[in-house]
Amino acid sequence: MNLEAVALRPETRPKTDGGTPTKIAVRHLDFYYGSFQALKDNNLEIADRRVTAFIGPSGCGKSTLLRTMNRMYSLYPGQRAVGEIMFNGRNILDAGVDLNMLRAKVGMVFQKPTPFPMSIYDNIAFGVRLYESLSPRAMDERVEWALVKAAMWDEAKNKLKQSGMALSGGQQQRLCIARAVAVKPEVLLLDEPTSALDPISTAKIEELISELKADYTIAIVTHNMQQAARVSDYTAYMYLGELIEFGITDELFLRPSRKETEDYITGRFG
Amino acid sequence: MGEHTYKQFDAEMEEIRSGVMAMGGLVETQLARAIASLRHPDLDQIDTVAADEMAINQMQMTIDQQCSQIIAKRQPAAIDLRMILVVVKIVNELERLGDEIKKIAYKAHEMLRPERLTAVRLHEITRAAELAERNLQLALDAFARLDVNAAATVIVNDEAIDAAFLAILRQLISYMMEDPRTITPALEIVFIAKSIERIGDHAKNIAENVVHAVKGKDVRHATAEQIRAEVAE
Repeated sequence: MNLEAVALRPETRPKTDGGTPTKIAVRHLDFYYGSFQALKDNNLEIADRRVTAFIGPSGCGKSTLLRTMNRMYSLYPGQRAVGEIMFNGRNILDAGVDLNMLRAKVGMVFQKPTPFPMSIYDNIAFGVRLYESLSPRAMDERVEWALVKAAMWDEAKNKLKQSGMALSGGQQQRLCIARAVAVKPEVLLLDEPTSALDPISTAKIEELISELKADYTIAIVTHNMQQAARVSDYTAYMYLGELIEFGITDELFLRPSRKETEDYITGRFG
Repeated sequence: MGEHTYKQFDAEMEEIRSGVMAMGGLVETQLARAIASLRHPDLDQIDTVAADEMAINQMQMTIDQQCSQIIAKRQPAAIDLRMILVVVKIVNELERLGDEIKKIAYKAHEMLRPERLTAVRLHEITRAAELAERNLQLALDAFARLDVNAAATVIVNDEAIDAAFLAILRQLISYMMEDPRTITPALEIVFIAKSIERIGDHAKNIAENVVHAVKGKDVRHATAEQIRAEVAE
């Protein structure tokens, strides 16, 4: 056994996290784009109703790791994951997993806002109709609830019938978050949710993230290290497909334990 | 520590570090002048010490401003953030050192007038002042080299300065009890001794900040043993 490699393996769970339950446990995860291995033996636990941020340079595998957590990669041929991602007692990488139900439980929001070419109301109702059969009144309530959760209700309540495409970029992204929240997921995966937004919209999304974590487990990939420092409880630093350091955010940004992490967060990288 | 991708960031960090060293150098010079004035009262020397103090104040404001600008522009993290916070704190210590040293020079002038019989205590005072001077030099060297072992030595050495202060105090209390006419001049010496003791404390604070910058651990209220253990890790 290579003892040095064992000693250097990052904690799968930060030591002093107060015993928060684990929502998603990633174990010995490898990921391949064809013959290229993009993730190498990743091990970590995502804490329930906390925000976990993934940082690292482009190509380090952070978005890839996020996309394994709701099997988004299964849409593409040639991409495969090996290992375990335990969610609600099941390995979601198993062949028999109902991907539609998985993605209802593990919602995702992407870098660019992706509203559907339909009204604000229907943008939200669309996803709900796939999983539930609600009365019109119950659907109205669900749409309002989701928009309130996404801090969009006041701006959208008088224009629910207007196209979602007509909203500003920041509003579109919050609409996408409302759409993801509307199906009552347990986990929200945010893949660079603010990289296309202006600072004010970014601040609103960040504020929203800190409110949403009361009800949801959130995993966020971001290139903005200050954003990771601001919004997350835990931060994972990845490089070349490996998890280099995983720790409590307040610790990691003040006193990282690995030199590679320190070089990256202080701008001494590359 | 390697270089930043932004070379300008490196230049800005170097500017505040060298600013602290220049400021520390001036404080050392000012202290040497104050100690000289304890031995040989000289009005010109005392004026120079006062001018040094004003220059030190100016340096404090300049370096503080530079630190604020780096924080605003660079959003520093980890070692960079700790270094900037530590620079701000050390600059504050140096400014207060400047004040204490000025007090010594002024008091020295009053104490050393020939008719004052307490001039006999000069030996103890200058000895304590030299201890504090050496410890301050060591603290500034520890910062310049980011040497936590030197910093730990400074923290331990401060106990000797505190002991020297208490010894002076005990002697002066004896004098004052024996002869009430010595009370006024003895009190002047107490003020000088107290300023020297404070110089020791500021040097110790600088050393604690060096440990914080390098190790990321706050050792301000730790025992000497705990600090030694931390530095050895």
